[in-house]
Amino acid sequence: MEITTRSLLTLLHGMGFGALYLMACSGALVEIYRHYDSSFRPANEFDDERFLRRYLTTMAVLAWLTVLTGAYVIYPWYRAVPPAGTVDFASFPQRLLLSSPTTSGWHSIGMEWKEHIAWIVPISITMAAAVFARHGRILKAQPELRFAVLGFVWISLVAAGIAGFFGAMINKNAPVEGGAMIHITQGDK
Amino acid sequence: MSARTQTSATNVQNLPNGGGAAAILAAGIGALLVAVFALVADKSPAVKSVMIFYKRTGPLSGVTTCAIAAWLITWFALDRRWRGRAVAMGRVRAAALALLILGVLLTFPPLADLF
Repeated sequence: MEITTRSLLTLLHGMGFGALYLMACSGALVEIYRHYDSSFRPANEFDDERFLRRYLTTMAVLAWLTVLTGAYVIYPWYRAVPPAGTVDFASFPQRLLLSSPTTSGWHSIGMEWKEHIAWIVPISITMAAAVFARHGRILKAQPELRFAVLGFVWISLVAAGIAGFFGAMINKNAPVEGGAMIHITQGDK
Repeated sequence: MSARTQTSATNVQNLPNGGGAAAILAAGIGALLVAVFALVADKSPAVKSVMIFYKRTGPLSGVTTCAIAAWLITWFALDRRWRGRAVAMGRVRAAALALLILGVLLTFPPLADLF
């Protein structure tokens, strides 16, 4: 069993950061609703607020790691231009997708959408983390402020879902491969 | 409504929410700017070439760097203006969410291609 370094880093970008963000996002929404529910009385309100602040800050870090590794590590491999005369596009995912009308849409719609909508996620969640850090105490008394932040967290979940879906489908149709081979285990003969 | 309840409601409305409002509106503007910069770079070859900050990533590097920078500058400016003040949150919320949704829609290539 082996994996290339590019595949491993693509996994880290998609599964390690992106998928973890998606899972954390649903948790954040539940936690925000719970925390500001009028019937909720935490044992220690200070600890509860501190947990929520740290949770959202961690999510913001995850979101930034996802877009930065995506744009500056994975995307250059994806959009690499093959030398003239190349007929095997296995190492050039963008060209591989564009080489067939049955897969070109994964680039022209999927990647074109993903590469931009993904950046709305860190903007939204950084704002949410900052607002909770600075105004967490008044959010209970400011439903409009709270609902606005919640709206951004919801849309960040949708945006991350769109980016994650297209990332997975693009990598399924034209995987990012290359770099050194890492041997994980020796299989049975 | 008793006098005490009225006073409480008035106090809640007058809490200084300006810092939060600034962050929310700036995030809406930032989200829209990602889409607008991407759209302009896609339509104009000159802008597209200017947006190549990092050659291996192409115009995406400039589009996103400019949008992030503009978002942070807007946030800083709005925060300085509104911090410590009570802002009409209803209008800010509506504007910010409208900008955010518009930003999401404009990043969708078939919609962006209409311009």
